[in-house]
Amino acid sequence: MIKVHVYVTLKAGVLDPQGSAITNSLHTMNYDEVQSVRTGKFIELEVENTKNLEQRVEEMCEKLLSNPVIEDYTYTIGEAVS
Amino acid sequence: MKFAVIVFPGSNCDNDMYYAIEEGLEEEIDKVWYTETDVSKYDAILLPGGFSYGDYLRSGAIARFAPVMESVIEEADKGKPVLGVCNGFQVLLEARLLPGAMQRNKDLKFICRPTELIVENDQTGFTNAYEIGESVTIPVAHGEGNYYCDEQTLKELQRNKQIVFTYRNDINGSTANIAGIVNEQGNVLGMMPHPERATSDLLGSADGLKLFKSMLKHWRESYVLTP
Repeated sequence: MIKVHVYVTLKAGVLDPQGSAITNSLHTMNYDEVQSVRTGKFIELEVENTKNLEQRVEEMCEKLLSNPVIEDYTYTIGEAVS
Repeated sequence: MKFAVIVFPGSNCDNDMYYAIEEGLEEEIDKVWYTETDVSKYDAILLPGGFSYGDYLRSGAIARFAPVMESVIEEADKGKPVLGVCNGFQVLLEARLLPGAMQRNKDLKFICRPTELIVENDQTGFTNAYEIGESVTIPVAHGEGNYYCDEQTLKELQRNKQIVFTYRNDINGSTANIAGIVNEQGNVLGMMPHPERATSDLLGSADGLKLFKSMLKHWRESYVLTP
């Protein structure tokens, strides 16, 4: 099995209402150094080592794991794990 | 006229939609389970509100791949009327039948209240019983109704008169106060407010019933020959 880590983030320029709320909360906790917060998703997949794995992960990201209208994604394909 | 309301796991406005058609419009309607694979026998398809698949991942993201959706998309491409309300709108966006995407409301609160809308286009098969500029009261009930599209898409929506309803006041942060849009062909409407919850004065407003009457009128004018 191989672990694939997918990170989904909002595209630059798309407002992030949750990020704004977290920023405000950090400021009320006196973490004034925080300039901005952007939220996203972390998704971990365990996959069998198939042919074209990278291409298939790419497809999964495009079709389901992210919404390309507002989100970007990156992924890492890890070492085989037992 | 025969309607289908699609029932996904987690839909919760399917009964409202059912009664809007059966009691309000007095036309036929079937509940169609999400595992069905053919909706071609219906004259119009309704995607109801709710929390399909628990809103996991993104609202509508998983419902968009439910078995029934292949046939819904096929019928939409053929020009059949498809109406998505609230979660149904989110499913239509995820299915790319409509442009744009939904985000959390700007103040992160779930909003559930009657809302004033402006009819921006009265020339669609969903709004021909309204008048352009008319103010209507239809309830909203959503946490993710903050419609987003980029500037170029907004210009296209405006140029093609695809914006059908706007909020009179900014309630959720939506781009250009958009509450409902149609596709370029005009046969697919997505809207966050719930017309099926405004079909009788007893419910506080009957303004939503005109939407279903518009669909019936459009269908009669398109398909029913008068002797």
